[in-house]
Amino acid sequence: MPKDHGIGASTKRREDVRFLTGKGRYTDDININGQAYAWFVRSDVAHGTLNGVDTADAAAMPGVLRIFTGADFEAVGGIPCGWQVTDRKGEVMLEPRHPVLAHGKVRHVGDPIAVVVAETLEQARDAAEAVVPDITELEPVLDMKAAVQGGPLVHDEIGSNLCYDWGFVEENKEAVDAAIKGAHHVTTLELVNNRLIANPMEPRVAVGDYAQHDDSSTLYTTSQNPHVIRLLMGAFVLGIPEHKLRVVAPDVGGGFGTKIFHYAEEAFVTFAAKELKRAVKWTATRSEAFISDAHGRDHVTKIELALDADGHFLALRTDTYANMGAYLSTFAPSVPTWLHGTLMAGNYKTPLIYVNVKAVFTNTVPVDAYRGAGRPEATFQLERVIDKAAREMGVDPIELRRKNFITEFPYATPVAVEYDTGDYHATMDKLLEIADVAGFDARLAKSKANGKLRGLGMNCYIEACGIAPSNLVGQLGARAGLYESATVRVNATGGLVVMTGSHSHGQGHETSFPQVIAEMIGIDENMVEIVHGDTANTPMGMGTYGSRSLAVGGSAMVRATEKIIAKAKKIAAHILEASDADIELKDGSFTVAGTDKSLAWGDVCLAAYVPHNYPLADLEPGLEETAFYDPANFTYPSGAYACEVEVDPETGKVTIERFAAADDFGNIVNPMIVDGQVHGGIAQGIGQALMEGASYDEAGQLVSGSYMDYTMPRADDLPFYTVDHSCQTPCTHNPLGVKGCGEAGAIGSPPSVVNAVVDALQRAGHTNVTHIDMPLSPARVWAAMQG
Amino acid sequence: MSNVTMKVNGKPVSGDVEGRTLLVDFLRGPLGLTGTHVGCDTSQCGACVVHVNGEAVKACAMFALEAEGAEVRTIEGMAEADGSLGTIQAAFQEHHGLQCGFCTPGMVMSAAALLKDNPKPSEAEIREYLEGNICRCTGYHNIVKAILAASGQDVPAIAAE
Repeated sequence: MPKDHGIGASTKRREDVRFLTGKGRYTDDININGQAYAWFVRSDVAHGTLNGVDTADAAAMPGVLRIFTGADFEAVGGIPCGWQVTDRKGEVMLEPRHPVLAHGKVRHVGDPIAVVVAETLEQARDAAEAVVPDITELEPVLDMKAAVQGGPLVHDEIGSNLCYDWGFVEENKEAVDAAIKGAHHVTTLELVNNRLIANPMEPRVAVGDYAQHDDSSTLYTTSQNPHVIRLLMGAFVLGIPEHKLRVVAPDVGGGFGTKIFHYAEEAFVTFAAKELKRAVKWTATRSEAFISDAHGRDHVTKIELALDADGHFLALRTDTYANMGAYLSTFAPSVPTWLHGTLMAGNYKTPLIYVNVKAVFTNTVPVDAYRGAGRPEATFQLERVIDKAAREMGVDPIELRRKNFITEFPYATPVAVEYDTGDYHATMDKLLEIADVAGFDARLAKSKANGKLRGLGMNCYIEACGIAPSNLVGQLGARAGLYESATVRVNATGGLVVMTGSHSHGQGHETSFPQVIAEMIGIDENMVEIVHGDTANTPMGMGTYGSRSLAVGGSAMVRATEKIIAKAKKIAAHILEASDADIELKDGSFTVAGTDKSLAWGDVCLAAYVPHNYPLADLEPGLEETAFYDPANFTYPSGAYACEVEVDPETGKVTIERFAAADDFGNIVNPMIVDGQVHGGIAQGIGQALMEGASYDEAGQLVSGSYMDYTMPRADDLPFYTVDHSCQTPCTHNPLGVKGCGEAGAIGSPPSVVNAVVDALQRAGHTNVTHIDMPLSPARVWAAMQG
Repeated sequence: MSNVTMKVNGKPVSGDVEGRTLLVDFLRGPLGLTGTHVGCDTSQCGACVVHVNGEAVKACAMFALEAEGAEVRTIEGMAEADGSLGTIQAAFQEHHGLQCGFCTPGMVMSAAALLKDNPKPSEAEIREYLEGNICRCTGYHNIVKAILAASGQDVPAIAAE
């Protein structure tokens, strides 16, 4: 029987009730008395000299309070970057200034130039149309290879468009080159990891407020990590000490990475509210989101895999260009390097690996982490080149993978990480079962009879979640710690409030976190309330991204609860006149081992706050504890995915007929939520593989700038998925044995889709088709079939 | 500014609006009914779906003045009289048909409109009907299941096919 409460139960989400009745409280639902409205004037050209901004007519329009331009922000800091990469020669990356509002130059379509603040939104929008930027257009640089071969400079002052040239592991380079040169077989593949736009359904919103009575600022924002925004904006941009700055991220309508970063609009509304002495609100339109939210992916890669005659992997070499866009977004430099190069071993025993990444500035929107961040790019290259190698060598792609699986753990890869646990044969076995691979031939025959091509694609993936430990990532260039925090406050009447630094924007923490704590104490889940998203009432935390919430934030919560239990046992021991060591806590009751003496959880909580019969000489009253948890290592979820497609030979249209995912996430707290995370990740991965692609024209205009042009999966583009997470090798270094599940679907699914389409075409006799770049639109697939 | 009067969730309301004021902005602003969301500016995402005189309408694609005299129903009007979740709402919770919750009001309103016209839709009919509602979190799997369940159909059997 499945559990009906606690760890392992599919507890229904308590947050759903407010979301289903229209009572959610998202940032745009927040209105502050007397608030003014901001409307951004943005560059409509990709590259140009900004000679000036004529605001005179606009300033005279009704309701206009003030118009801000770049000159207003010269005295404050630029938008900071949170990660400094060191290149192959030991030099630090080029890090140009990222002004809050453009000054002197505009560098991408959407670059903010001026902001009108007015009494009403309509007045701000009307006046913005009368603001006239004086721009001398310059030739934009869009292609990454051209950008580093003498193209126009995005930032004149740094003298190059090459942000860094990173080699990893640099000491392996010669050995890798030699192994590839002497190998029995080398498979080479050039591919593009298409540029994506995260598109959480809630556009970004920022509301700045200023309190004159105590000179404090408050920012309400659509963020995945309010403390990070407080630190970056307060310390590096506006010079507001953290004790005078509160950042609140209430209900947030999806993030997928793009709400991690500190954005200019957040700094703007906070700054303007103080200047104007009234609240200032900005709500992005979707069109604005397309040209101001950080984009994702956008890698161009050549990968070479060397194999011996038996199919053992000998060496792997990759050469990648990674687009940074026009400015360095918060964690952009880390994505193609430490979140990508370290994953190139995948699930395999490849002894020698060398990864080269050139990060490049172009006149496009900044690029940063999007669901998976670096790991989907690594997985896609690896799992595509393995499939191609299998085809070239005439061996079964699954057997080739199995032959090279890592089977002994812990396993130190040649790319600096150590996998603690995993069982890749087990997830592959499970996949073959749930995907009904044995039934493929019958389905193939049926498709053929209907005039359709059919293909089966499979792949493995490994992911690294809960990036850590802080002292290591500091050496790698992170300008932040990567711990998580939790304060557990037990109230006198026995209920608990858990204040966590993790942030929930769809993950269901308000439900799953209490499952853990309630089980530890043996009380009802409804006695535990989760508080998150407000720097004023949660300890300094790093927020939610990288599938880290349960592995890192959950571990902090467990540690704090352990402290609570230890103290509660001392109180119970005093009251029960027993020794601490003899006290047991079970089902919400303290007992003295070997006796029938017991005390209820609530009685101990009350005693902590009404300490009449209490060991005051040895123990402080109260029952509240905080823990900061800094993990010893990443966690390493893994899995195997299978996709079956049909291809219409007349049109090239691909339909997903079946999709199966067998994941190993270690221990599971709420299987229903985990299933949902995987479903959503798969949909985004299928979106990347078949439909999504941010596209710029030659002038640097984003031509996929709305939902009319940027194709996201709709309900009728997708099937039901078969997901399974019964293969569980628990993480060895966190107290819950959990690994993280948020990004797996998006990491694991694109290669299986492309492998399936190539398989379908190969089976139909198009033997020259060994790769098609994503998105596999009907036009691209049709063209491939003609070639 | 012009005055507009309508019934929202059974209550008569009125207010002064500009000619260009969208129905969704009237609901979210003066009426404070923030359950209806705005997710795009091209009438594609469906986060703003409400019912106007019983029909599903994208409230971003209609001026407030066009709803003069209309009966409007929003997500705030979908619960049972005692405040408990309605059948569709309860099915979304039971089947985990929502994550971040932002598209959810539009999904529930669209689902209600579908089931009114087609009380036992097939999986394919549900998927086709939801073409105007984008969800970025769920991959639609559990939304489709929830709507099948709300229509009284055997969800495990259909999902397993």
